[in-house]
Amino acid sequence: MTEAAGTAGPAGSAGAAGVDGPGRPGPRRGRVLEGLRAYGLIAAMWIRSTMAYRTSFVLMTVANFAMTVLDFVAILLMFSQVDALGGWSLAEVAFLYGVSGVSFGLADLAVGSMERLGRRVRDGTLDTLLVRPVPVLAQMAADRFALRRLGRVTQGVLVLVYALVLLDVDWTVAKVLLMPVMLLSGAGIFCAVFVAAAAFQFVAQDASEVANAFTYGGTTMLQYPPTVFAQDLVRGATFVVPLAFVNWLPAGYVLDRPFPLALPEWVAFTPPLVAVACCALAGLAWRAGLRSYRSTGS
Amino acid sequence: MGVGSGRLYAAVAAGGFRRYATYRAATAAGVFTNTVFGLILVYTYLALWEERPHLGGYDQAQAVTFVWLGQALLAALAIGGGGMENELMERIRTGDIAVDLYRPADLQLWWLAADVGRAVFQLLGRGVVPFVFGALLFPVALPREVSAWALFLVAVALAMLVGFALRYLVALSAFWLMDGTGVAHMAWIAGLFCSGMLLPLNVFPGALGEVVRVLPWSSLLQGPADVLLGEADPVGVFVFQASWAVALLALGRLVQSVATRRVVVQGG
Repeated sequence: MTEAAGTAGPAGSAGAAGVDGPGRPGPRRGRVLEGLRAYGLIAAMWIRSTMAYRTSFVLMTVANFAMTVLDFVAILLMFSQVDALGGWSLAEVAFLYGVSGVSFGLADLAVGSMERLGRRVRDGTLDTLLVRPVPVLAQMAADRFALRRLGRVTQGVLVLVYALVLLDVDWTVAKVLLMPVMLLSGAGIFCAVFVAAAAFQFVAQDASEVANAFTYGGTTMLQYPPTVFAQDLVRGATFVVPLAFVNWLPAGYVLDRPFPLALPEWVAFTPPLVAVACCALAGLAWRAGLRSYRSTGS
Repeated sequence: MGVGSGRLYAAVAAGGFRRYATYRAATAAGVFTNTVFGLILVYTYLALWEERPHLGGYDQAQAVTFVWLGQALLAALAIGGGGMENELMERIRTGDIAVDLYRPADLQLWWLAADVGRAVFQLLGRGVVPFVFGALLFPVALPREVSAWALFLVAVALAMLVGFALRYLVALSAFWLMDGTGVAHMAWIAGLFCSGMLLPLNVFPGALGEVVRVLPWSSLLQGPADVLLGEADPVGVFVFQASWAVALLALGRLVQSVATRRVVVQGG
């Protein structure tokens, strides 16, 4: 509860300053701040609403945590039978898992609700969002904001810590700095995937499940080393949907592993650029999708 | 049960089938997603069996077959959700359940019929294509005899009963909790893990393996898979599945009678 008020607070005051303050920034920046402020307010409202069914909230958070725990237990069970998978040890796979889990968990927490867009288009409730003086993207992303998704983030953090304890990483300044950069860029890349998938639902409303292949499928794939997969699949995950930049490439640098597809070492530092580019493209896709939207009118 | 009521439930099942068949784009999207997940899993299993050939008594081709079988049955058996439970829970929460109880039909049989209709559609609409895709692209171990496929279909039918019985119990929890989504999520997770969807149960080591193999969820994927792969005695699997189906359906009926005695229909 207090966290929610915290996020709404600063964003709120910043938004107000952006609009009314002296030397006001361009309308675009004002709109971004306004969107963030609205996002915070709507998210806080949903948190209060979820707390009405406290038992269910606790169970859902535990379930969210347990789901991902069992996911990792399956990997532990695999390693109870083998010492390496695709040439990677348990600790190294746990590192991949942790980074993928935290990045995806943060993105899911922030914009995971976007996957409900198809349903809103179908039942016509998207129209209510269009008439409100708040960016639709912010409203959609904060819709049914689910704090229980912290369960997944927590589990990812725990696995990452477990991996770091087990691993004997040869730490350098670059590697230490790369850690938070990797997690945030990864979250950015997954956010872009969520938004692009939502934009696609303007076109194919019922086909919302396609998104799962890239979101949940993506995070599942990144839990395993790139050496396991066929080269074409790795190529697709690098150049088409650049999920490899979430963990395979930067983690390869931290763990001193040869890079997939014989890519040069400097690509390990490109995730922030890739994340920004992905978000920009997803934003354009969203805009195009929203423009093409025609309500049924009934 | 007379001929008339038999016709009624057949009509409900046909309705369930048609209802899901209506959403073609959703079906196509599901096929795509199941295929992608199958691809990801198949490569991890190939790496695992590369490292340890004959792990859990399967060879590599059998492990690959297991993956595609899992993707084919996932939606039909609603192992990770997507069955009738959401709708039934919503009807309990909103009170619409009173209308259902008013109908001259048995509540459990009504929902079972609807769920079987859905399951049959999803087996055909969502299951077949990923399975054929996997069988064409990867080395698989499939029986040549028609009889083996017939036995497999019996195991799948029994799996549908067990799957329904489990989810019906989950849905009835809404009578006490009002919002049953938390319980439903827990049940889906248990289902994914204990059915062999995340990892075949014969790979589970030691006591954990022995426990998960006797739980009802092993009827869902592990049972039918072992029948198809010729790794288990079909009769033994059928008896196991049928016992769980009878026990869970009976329990569902008991819970239902307790729950419906609690229902107070609000007027207005």
